[in-house]
Formats: sequence, structure tokens, C-alpha cells
Amino acid sequence: MAVATEERVLTGQQFMNGDVACAEGALAAGCSFFAGYPITPSTEIAERLARRLPAVGGRYVQMEDELASMAAILGASWAGAKSMTATSGPGFSLMMENIGLGMMTEVPCVVVNVQRGGPSTGLPTLVSQADVMQAKWGSHGDYEPIAYSPASPQEMFDLTVKAFNAAERYRLPVFVLGDEVVGHMTERVTIPPAAEIDIVDRKRPSAPPDDGWLPYAPDDDLIPPMACAGEGYGFHITGLTHDERGYPTGDPLVHDRLVRRLSRKIQVHANEICEVEKLHTDDAEVVVIAYGATSRAARHAVLAARERGIRAGLLRLITLWPFPRGVVKELGNTARRFVVAELNLGQIAREAERYTRLPISLVNHAGGMMLPPEVILRAIMEAEA
Amino acid sequence: MSGEIVVNAHPLDDLLRADRLPHIWCPGCGLGPIMACMANAMADSAIPIDKHVVVSGIGCTGRVAGYLKVDSFHTTHGRPIPFATGLKLAKPELQVTVFSGDGDLFAIGGNHLIHAARRNVDINVICVNNFNYGMTGGQAGPTTPMGARTSTTPYGNVDPSFNLPRLAATLGAVYVARWTSLHVRQLEKSIRRAIKKEGFTFIEVLSPCPVGFGKSNNLGEGLDEMELYRTNCVVYPEADLSQADIELKHDSTIIVGDFVDIERPVYGAGGGEE
Ligand SMILES: Cc1ncc(C[n+]2csc(CCOP(=O)(O)OP(=O)(O)O)c2C)c(N)n1
Ligand code: SF4
Ligand SMILES: [Mg+2]
Repeated sequence: MAVATEERVLTGQQFMNGDVACAEGALAAGCSFFAGYPITPSTEIAERLARRLPAVGGRYVQMEDELASMAAILGASWAGAKSMTATSGPGFSLMMENIGLGMMTEVPCVVVNVQRGGPSTGLPTLVSQADVMQAKWGSHGDYEPIAYSPASPQEMFDLTVKAFNAAERYRLPVFVLGDEVVGHMTERVTIPPAAEIDIVDRKRPSAPPDDGWLPYAPDDDLIPPMACAGEGYGFHITGLTHDERGYPTGDPLVHDRLVRRLSRKIQVHANEICEVEKLHTDDAEVVVIAYGATSRAARHAVLAARERGIRAGLLRLITLWPFPRGVVKELGNTARRFVVAELNLGQIAREAERYTRLPISLVNHAGGMMLPPEVILRAIMEAEA
Repeated sequence: MSGEIVVNAHPLDDLLRADRLPHIWCPGCGLGPIMACMANAMADSAIPIDKHVVVSGIGCTGRVAGYLKVDSFHTTHGRPIPFATGLKLAKPELQVTVFSGDGDLFAIGGNHLIHAARRNVDINVICVNNFNYGMTGGQAGPTTPMGARTSTTPYGNVDPSFNLPRLAATLGAVYVARWTSLHVRQLEKSIRRAIKKEGFTFIEVLSPCPVGFGKSNNLGEGLDEMELYRTNCVVYPEADLSQADIELKHDSTIIVGDFVDIERPVYGAGGGEE
């Protein structure tokens, strides 16, 4: 491939928007292949990578649509590349088909969705957080996704790196669920020296190619090592239900075992995947659950409530999937109420309900604007009253 | 019938996943000989077998990927071309061939085909045209001749059909050929040429699907349709491709041959970004 003429990692203090930070995070994580189709508010990711990838020896390709983009990054991943695409709601919908193929055939790659208002074309240029459940359930069949929710340009960088690492570690397409506000907001982003960035590479077969190699025989961690095309393993990969040889089968027992493993390989590692940030939750009577851009307003609201003597706290979700259920359960033992603040009609509120008996009040908006801190503060005060 | 084993090994054993046989295809289906041509062409190519990759979509033809003993991918319906594009661009040393059906490549996947041809991505596309959706039980598709009876055109197909070589040539494919499952020598040679050729190549292979199409369209069993190919095909490489439509009737000719062999800059090779 091309010769590198620029630094892959832009170490230092940068001032950039969240989309650009995401692109830089991808490069820092070792991404060498991007396939995409332009869509607001994610386009700046593609534009940045169109310039930067060729300059660091990688490849940018603009596909004819998002069906193709998703298919292309799966193919690139099987060629051994760390690959990604970036989109927003309408494109995310089109990607669902091959996200399913990626889940079924266990392909490491990263899909960034900078959320805008939906359904359909919705609000192309304005914020929402309404694709949370689509990220969980969007493709048919059962699977367990990983989705990160960045709340700043810095996290667009950091969590994109983590998304690549999780994709490689657990072998699946991993989602970065940004939103328009975080994608377009410009802030300081600190990029560490390359040597200080944790990089995970997929597990490789421990033995050289031979006839007995089983591409879908999992190790104890439930994850099968991955060979890449052209290495001599002569594997067959199919989106049909397959056995450990990778061969299709209609056996319901094999199907059940496979689909359960695809979910369990994430569930058994939920503790190492799940991330939250807690602010003043130890003694909190009212805990606000928020994520992404909304968590920034929620933080102000919680601090304002504290100033008024209200024992409020913030639980900021950094991973949405797997849902950090353990923390919600624990806080349910010490708090008296939850307030969920989000830019949709209650997607995470509904998920939280599964893990607590405490009353949950929902403060939300369908999208198109941020929730002002005062609105969240009012919800805290009402909850506390 | 009592079977006596005459030989224990098949000449293509090294290239087929013998542990997956018997295959799922119907008696009289044209896919077997076409796959054998692909296997022979790969074996004869100058490229090591480890570097060959076969990518299929979904359908009876899509199952080819699963029987060939090379790194092979059975992807989603219509998407083998963009999948192959990702593979090839991320690892240019791979020799990537897409092997799929007419419905897969020209209905649900038509958009991908036209754009891959436009870009001139260095992949080979082999399209087995059996004039219908075989896998799902014989429905009409974009190559079904007008008037043909299928399970979804009980009164005769009213949709005009694509002329695949003409379409591929118009899109800029650097090599375009059409053969049938009867023309195994010519087909194998064409696949070898496609493998050698840099850029987007396209080979259409007409193939009997007696179960989904032949019997309901007066074409009889697989062998009868092969006989029709034998009597009605005209090898005519210089043909004006606008004349290469297929009616698939007993009194109509079918033009076959190597139609196009041109040079165009290959996608990603020496472009501005290299
Ligand atoms: C998205 C999607 N739609 C529909 C199908 C059902 N389906 C499977 S194969 C097929 C048609 C295959 O026709 P063709 O590509 O001509 O292959 P053939 O079976 O004739 O070789 C269809 C419609 C599917 N698998 N996926
Ligand atoms: S349905 Fe048609 S294409 Fe499919 S295996 Fe049978 S004969 Fe072949
Ligand atoms: Mg067909």
C-alpha cells in the first residue's frame, strides 16, 4: 500500500471537533481502511479520513451506499485491516443487514453513528439520541452489541480507540454512538504519544495452517482466534448458521449453541467492557442517569441541585451496551429515585426500569435541541419533593 | 442401482471441500460443471491457490463459495461485490473472484455491480444466469425473458430483461464474456483470462435450472437445455452486443464469446493517493 507521509498519531494538544477527533482516534487505534457514504452530521469523519488515511499508508474508499460501506469494511477486516465506517441514522438503518453478517461471522470493525433526529430523514443537522435501541436490536436475530457513548470531542477520540480495541478483542462490529452536538462541538483534545495508547490486536490462530483447523472453535473466553484471507488456512465463512468448521448446518442444537455463544462472549466480559462515570452518587437520593451530549447538561443540573442542598448525583453511561445494569442495581439500594435525561422518548429509561424498583422520572425531548440544565434541575427537584 | 467405486480420488479433490459433499444442487443443474471450470482455472493460474479468494452472495450459485477449498465467503444477498472490494483494496495481493447468481448481482446487488465496474476494481465477477431465482423456488428476476412462466409470473413475465454482457461492457468492464455450462473449455479459458487481467472483469454463464425454470418454460430437463445451447449458440466475439439479448426459445440464437478486452486504469493502482 501507499507510503506514509504524515504522522499516524497527532500527539499533543489539539483543538478539534468531535468528528475529527473520532477520525484521529481511529488512526491512533491502527485503522487502515475506511469505507463510507457521506451523511450529516458524520461527514467530517469521512472527510478527515479521506485526507489522512492515504497519508499514513491506509485506504479511504467512498462507496455507493451504506449497504456497500458495511460490506466493504467486513471484507477489509477479513483481509487483516482494522476497518471502520461512519454514518448517521438513515445510513445506520442500511448498515443493519451487514452488521448482522458481522455479528454472525464475528468480524472486528467499528461503526460510528453520529445521531441526528429520526425517524427517517428526520432532522439532518440536529441532535438526538434516538438510535440507542436500534443499536441494540437493529439487525434481525439475537446478538449482544457493544456501544460507546462519547460526551466530548476528547471522548470521541478515546472511545473510538476503545471501540477498535473491543472489536479486536471480542470479534464483532462495535458501535460508537455519538450525537450531532458532540460530533460538531470543538474543544481541546489531548492526544497521547503513540507508545502510551493501548492497542489490542485480534487473537490469531496459534498453529500454522493445516487441514484440521477450526475457524469457529472458541477458546475458554468464548472467542475463536481469527485467521485472515490469503494466509493459507482455506477457511469458509458464511452468514448461515455454522458449526466450528464454519460449515453451514440446519441443526437447531448447533444454532442454539452458536447464537448463545455470540451473546455470552459479550455477557461474560460485561464487567471489563462496561464503563460509567459517577458524580456524587455515594450519598445521592436522586440519581440522574444521562449519556452523550445530554450528560453535560445533567452534570450542571446535578451541581446546581447540590448547591441548593439537594443530594443529587449523576450516573453517566459511557457504555450503553452492554447496559451497565450492575451499577443501576447498586444505586437502587442507596438512592430513592432516578431521573433519566435523554433525547428520545425513553429508550434508556425503559432499560433502566428492568434493573430497579425505584421510581424513574423521564426528562426528555425527541431531539432537535439539547435539554437545558434547568429542565433537568427541575426534574431533580420534583423527584426530590 | 449398485455402485462400484472405480476411482477413489477426483482430480479436483484438492480444490473441493470433499467433506461437504454431496452438494445441495438438483440433478440437471448447470452449477457443477461451472464450478469445476472455476476450480481448474484457479489451479492453472500462476497465482498460488492460497491467494485465491472466492466471494458469493446468496442463492444456489452463492453456494459455490462453500464447496471450493480456498478462503471463501458466503456473504449477504447482493453484497458480494462490495465485500470483495474491501478484501481486495485492503490486501491487493489477493486474487478475488465473485461468484454469484443473476438475481444476486443484477437485482438486489445491481447498484454495487455498476459502481465496481465504474471504479474498475481489480476483481473478477462470474455471474451464473439461470434466468430465475433458483434458490427460492423459481421466481422471475431481472434476467427472466419476457413472456416466461415462473412462480411469480403465472401469466407470463411482463418485465423486459437485462442483456448482461451489454450492460457490463457499457459500464466499462475491461473483459466481458458469455458462455454456457456446455462450453466448459471456453469458459475455463475465459476464467483464466479474467484472473490474469487487471481490473473489473465480467463473465456471464448461462446455466440450466430445470427445477426452477426449464420445465415450466418448455426447455425440459437440464440435458435438454444443454442441447438447446449446443444447437442455438453462436460464437460471435465481434457481435454488436445490442443484438445479444436472450429469448431462450427453440428458434432463437444465443450469442456467446469473448466480447470485450480493453485497458483502463485500475482502481487504486497508481492513483493520486498512492
Ligand atoms: C435480503 C434478502 N432478500 C431475499 C432473500 C431470499 N433469496 C435468497 S436467494 C434469492 C434469489 C437468488 O437468485 P439468484 O441470485 O439468481 O441465484 P440462483 O439461486 O438462481 O443461483 C432470494 C431472493 C435473501 N436471502 N435476502
Ligand atoms: S433450483 Fe435450479 S439453480 Fe438451484 S440447484 Fe436446483 S437446478 Fe440448480
Ligand atoms: Mg438465478
